[in-house]
Amino acid sequence: MTISREDVLRVAELAHLELTAEEAELYRGQLDEILNYIGKLQQLDVTNVQPMTQMAFANAVSGTPAGTAPRENDLDLRDDVLRPCNIADAVLDQAPDAAKPFFRVPKVIER
Amino acid sequence: MSAATPWTVAGIQAALRAKKVSAREIATEFYADIDQQNPTLNAYLALSRERAFAQADRVDVATACGEKLGPLAGVPIAVKDVISTAGVRTTCGSKILETYVPPYDATAVLRLEKAGAVILGKTNCDEFAMGSSNENSAYGPVRNPMALDRVPGGSSGGSAAAVAAGLAVAALGTDTGGSIRQPGACCGIPALMPTYGRVSRYGLIAFASSLDRIGPFATNIADVAAIMSVIAGRDENDASSAPVPAPDYLSGLEQPVRGMGIGVPEEYFAEGIDREVKEKVLAGIALLEKLGCRRVSLKMPHTEYAIATYYIIATAEASSNLARYDGVRYGLRVPGATLIEMYRETRERGFGAEVKRRLMLGTYALSSGYYNAYYLRAQKVRALIARDFSEVFEKVDAIVTPTAPTPAFKLGEKTSDPLQMYLADIYTVTGSLAGIPGISVPCGATKQKLPIGMQILGPHFSEARLLQLARAFEKAGGFTV
Repeated sequence: MTISREDVLRVAELAHLELTAEEAELYRGQLDEILNYIGKLQQLDVTNVQPMTQMAFANAVSGTPAGTAPRENDLDLRDDVLRPCNIADAVLDQAPDAAKPFFRVPKVIER
Repeated sequence: MSAATPWTVAGIQAALRAKKVSAREIATEFYADIDQQNPTLNAYLALSRERAFAQADRVDVATACGEKLGPLAGVPIAVKDVISTAGVRTTCGSKILETYVPPYDATAVLRLEKAGAVILGKTNCDEFAMGSSNENSAYGPVRNPMALDRVPGGSSGGSAAAVAAGLAVAALGTDTGGSIRQPGACCGIPALMPTYGRVSRYGLIAFASSLDRIGPFATNIADVAAIMSVIAGRDENDASSAPVPAPDYLSGLEQPVRGMGIGVPEEYFAEGIDREVKEKVLAGIALLEKLGCRRVSLKMPHTEYAIATYYIIATAEASSNLARYDGVRYGLRVPGATLIEMYRETRERGFGAEVKRRLMLGTYALSSGYYNAYYLRAQKVRALIARDFSEVFEKVDAIVTPTAPTPAFKLGEKTSDPLQMYLADIYTVTGSLAGIPGISVPCGATKQKLPIGMQILGPHFSEARLLQLARAFEKAGGFTV
């Protein structure tokens, strides 16, 4: 497995990272090494293995194997009701640029 | 108090009740030590003096009025800087959150304070908890109080160093792939990663949501148990917290461990382990046998795939979780002509090298054309690793391994080689992937006096058993085996 400079730049664009030329080259080499190491996963036969997509603690307790999807009655869901929180001002106080009740950003839509 | 008789949770409770000392005096004493030692250690990033003294005063008033004190009354505790504290700056060790002051408290912090604890401040860590040495903090590395030219481990390096240096009685850390257990081992103190879902993560700033956990550091097992008894349990604000009642972890602590089956997987003692670490951990296991535990040799065949699996899953989840840092709602904003340019410039300037590397890796693993080969395959191997554990736990009560392959390494030793750094977590990522709990306990030291850690892993929600084993080990002199 080799990762090209073009791969690095494409991934940086997807991740919204603006890399310098030096960073792009550094990451190319390092990601290449890491991906080569990760390549060892290809040695394993995973036919018929279900992916572990849930950290199902409820199942762990009820004794079914980890990784199986939770059953409906395992879930401890709260009632779907509104609770007042009144935190808009506190949240907006942290914004780098707010015009209450909005966050202000560069123009998105041209007309 | 002198280093010879450090404060413990029980010691503080007794001293407060006997009116030998006030909570304010204890806090004052800790801040004096922090002021003296922190410039060298860099364990704390922020001190919450005002909040701490207000809390100490509440405890002192309650004592004076003869009210019943909480189980952690007056106990000075440090909190890793990825855990939200209302009104106290929380940076995650990152420049992108340099100015961020959370408007609310994490549940774990609220529960500590409700139990009477005094939150001293926020501890240094690898940026967004990504690292094994604390050298990825944007605010400089932490020095290991046991050996100042060495790392304290990571990512909860500041929490471990603060407790080991006596700058807090206990601390909260977070563990995603070893970030509580490995620094605990490096600094020579007990450190517990609870079961996934055991401790609420409300207010924990996310790194990898299927792996992240909050857990305690302390200097002795009873204190770890005391903290766990306060922070564990269901929280309606965290849907991923388990609807499983939390026991009082102190009550069964002194029960004998005779007859317990201890699994020793050969893969954890193979190539790459430091000779002295291996010797001491084997000596620790021999001590557990002397206490009546039954040793069972095991094979866990998927162990060698754990690091590769972890670095796909953790980075993929991070690439999603860290998408929120875009300069709009909080933290750093670097202006740009367009919205996208602002995002990119903000993230380029705000994130450090390791965070960018992991975001790149995670984005790559999730990107079109690579998803099946990397992410989906890693989820399948994760299931195999979890199955290794569930099969073994049908035969044994716990598994004992080294916590890390080497003692604390020198500052700068591994910074230029990310893959070597990742391998520091080789014995801890397995339990992280399986969602099970693990504790690291001190297990002697090398000839150079560098602490060594022994890891005890157990089935889901077996924290009480792990603490019981750790306590028996401590009582039998295992910490200095």
